[in-house]
Amino acid sequence: MRQIIEGSHAVAEAVRLSRPQVIAAYPITPQTHIVERLAEMVADGELNGEYITVESEFSALSACLGASAAGSRVYSATTSQGLALMFEVCFNVAGMRLPILMTIANRSLSAPLSIWNDQQDSISLRDSGWLQFYAEDNQEAMDLHFIAYRVMEDHRILLPAFVCFDGFILTHTYEPVDVPTQDEIDTYLPAFTPYQKLDAQNPLSFGMYATPEYYMEFRYMIDQAMQRSKDVIGKAGREFGEQFGRDYSSLVEEYRMEDAETAVVAMGSVCGTIKDSIDEMRKKGKRVGLLKIRTYRPFPIEEVKKSLQSASTVAVMDKNISLGSRGAVGLEVKDALFGSDISIYDYIVGLGGRDIRKKDVAAIVDLAEKGEGNLFYGLHEEVL
Amino acid sequence: MVERDIELLECGHRACAGCGLAMAARLMLKAVGKDVIIVSATGCMEVFSTPYPETAWKVPWIHSLFENAAGVGSGIEASLRRQGRSEKVVIIGGDGATFDIGIQCISGAFERGHDITYICYDNEAYMNTGIQRSGATPYDASTTTSPAGKHSFGNTRPKKDLPAIMAAHGSPYVATATIAFPMDMMKKIERAVATKGPCYVQVHSPCATGWGFESDQTMTIGKLAVESGLWVNFEMVNGEVTRVKKVVRKPVEEYLITQKRFRHLFRPVRQEEEIAKIQAYADRNAEKFSLDIKQQKK
Repeated sequence: MRQIIEGSHAVAEAVRLSRPQVIAAYPITPQTHIVERLAEMVADGELNGEYITVESEFSALSACLGASAAGSRVYSATTSQGLALMFEVCFNVAGMRLPILMTIANRSLSAPLSIWNDQQDSISLRDSGWLQFYAEDNQEAMDLHFIAYRVMEDHRILLPAFVCFDGFILTHTYEPVDVPTQDEIDTYLPAFTPYQKLDAQNPLSFGMYATPEYYMEFRYMIDQAMQRSKDVIGKAGREFGEQFGRDYSSLVEEYRMEDAETAVVAMGSVCGTIKDSIDEMRKKGKRVGLLKIRTYRPFPIEEVKKSLQSASTVAVMDKNISLGSRGAVGLEVKDALFGSDISIYDYIVGLGGRDIRKKDVAAIVDLAEKGEGNLFYGLHEEVL
Repeated sequence: MVERDIELLECGHRACAGCGLAMAARLMLKAVGKDVIIVSATGCMEVFSTPYPETAWKVPWIHSLFENAAGVGSGIEASLRRQGRSEKVVIIGGDGATFDIGIQCISGAFERGHDITYICYDNEAYMNTGIQRSGATPYDASTTTSPAGKHSFGNTRPKKDLPAIMAAHGSPYVATATIAFPMDMMKKIERAVATKGPCYVQVHSPCATGWGFESDQTMTIGKLAVESGLWVNFEMVNGEVTRVKKVVRKPVEEYLITQKRFRHLFRPVRQEEEIAKIQAYADRNAEKFSLDIKQQKK
C-alpha cells in the first residue's frame, strides 16, 4: 500500500515485515526514529520479537551476535560513532559468518562532532566482511532490507549486511513509499534456517582461534562468499522485481548512460539530485550520465567497467575521504578502469552534511571536462 | 543436582599442569550439566580449550571477543526465550575480562535482568598475555606490569570488590567460591544456574605459572587463601550475606610465602610493614564477615 511516511518509519516497516526474532539497538542521532518505532511495534504486539535495550552499540552488536548464533533472525541499526564503537564486533560477526542485518543512517565521524550526513562511517568498515548496500531514496532503502535478508541468510553466503541510507536527508524525510503486505513479504522472504546454531542437542564450538596454518583460509573463504554474493544479489533483486515491480537485478544503476561522454559516479541520496542535474544538462545538449553504485561490498568491478567503458571522462563524487589518499569510491573506480585511457577524477563532496545542489553537480561535470579534479569540492576558502 | 560422574570438559586440552581454572571448568560443568550454552571471553580458558580444529567442550560453546561475553550471552538468552528453548546460559570470563575490560557489558546485562549466570574464574592477573596486573590483583603482588623493585612492593592497590558491585545491581544471587572446596563451589554454581535472573559467582583459581608455585600445590594454596582470611567464601541472596565459610584463621604470611609473586616481602629482607598491611586486610575481612571460629580454651 502506498503511504507517505518518514524514511526511518519506512525502514521500521521493512524490519517488522521481515519478522526479526531479536532486535538489539542503542539510540543515536539520526537513527533514533527507527529504533523508537520498532520499540512501539513490540510494545503494541505488532512485532513479535525480543527487543534488548542495550547499554551501548558495542553490546548491541554483541547481543545480535549471540542471538544469531543461537539461531534467531536479528536486526540492529546505528550510525557514525555507534558504528565506530562496534568496529571490533563487526569484524568478528563477519568472521563467524553470522547473517546480521544492520541499517546505517549514514553520518559523519567526530572530530569535529557532527550529526550530519556523509558516508565516512560505513565506508570505514569496508574491509570488515559486511555486504554494503546504499539507497537513493526511502523506497529503495526499504526494499534493500528484504533483499539483504534473502542474500545474507543464503547458505552459500552467510555474511552480515549494512543497508545504508543518508542520515536526515532520507531518515527524516517524508516520501511516498509502497509498503508490501505481510503475505507478500512472507512469500519473498522465508523464515530463517540457520546453517549451524548453538544447540544442546548438537553441541558445537563457535569462535575458536586459528593458528597461522588455518587463518588465511578462513579469510579466503569470506572473500569467496563475497564474490559469490554478486550472483545471489542479482537473483534476489530480479525476483524482487518480478514480485513487486521494482527491479534490483544489477549491483549498479545506470541513468542516461547510453551515449554519455561524461559519467558521474556516486552512491546514496545524492544520486537523485544528480539525475535532475543530468536532465538539465541534457536539455542543454551535454551528453552526461550517472552510474549509481548500489552495492559497494562486494564492489561491482565488472559492472563499473562495462558501464563506463564508452565514456571519455568520469567524475566520482565521494562523500568520504581516506585521509592522506583520496575518496574510497574514486580509488575503486580507478582500479576498475585500470589500463583504459578514460580520464577519471575524484571529488570529495558533502562531508559533515554540506548540501550538494544541482548546480554543484553541473560545476563538477565542468571541472572534470576541463581536466580539473582530485580535490575537495566547495570548500569555504574564507574560513581556511 | 551435581553429577559427579559426568565429564563435559574433554582431557587433552593445553592448560598448564596444576591449572586452577581447568579444574574450575571441569567442576563447573558437573554442576550445570548438558542443557547449557557456554559463552567464553577471550583468555586462558578459551585458548587452552579451543585451538581450531580441536575443542575440549562437549557442550555448545561460543567465544566472540575479550570484553563482550555478557553482551553475547544477553543475545543468546533473548534468542532462546523467543524460540521457547530450555538451555541455560552460562558466561565465563577471567578476572581481566570481568573486573576490567568487560565490566560495562556485564553491568548492562545485570541491570537488564537477563536470566544468565556469570562465572568469573579469578586468577588475579592477566595470565594469558603474560601475568600483567588487573583490577583483581591483590595488594603487593608482583606481576609483569606491577613488578616489585627497589622502589616498589608490587601492585599498589587492593583487589576491587566486584561481588559487592554485582550485588548492587540487584542480582538475586552472588557467591564466591574456590576450586579448593569443590563441593561448595559446585553447589553454588548449581544454585546460581537454578536462580532466575542474573547471578554472579567468583571462583578463586590459583595459577601455578602466574603466582609461582609447584603444580601439585594448587589445592593447598587455594585452601590457604581461605584459611588466611584473604579470600572469603560467602553467598549473598538479594544483596544480603546469608552464609560465610568460617575458619580457624592462619597468619597471612603462611599463604604469602608459598608464592613467588609475594617473595619480595620475605627476601632479601622481611618487609614487616607490608606483611602487616596485608594482615590488616585479612583482619578487616574477618570482622566484616565474622570469619573467625571461636576456639574453646582447654
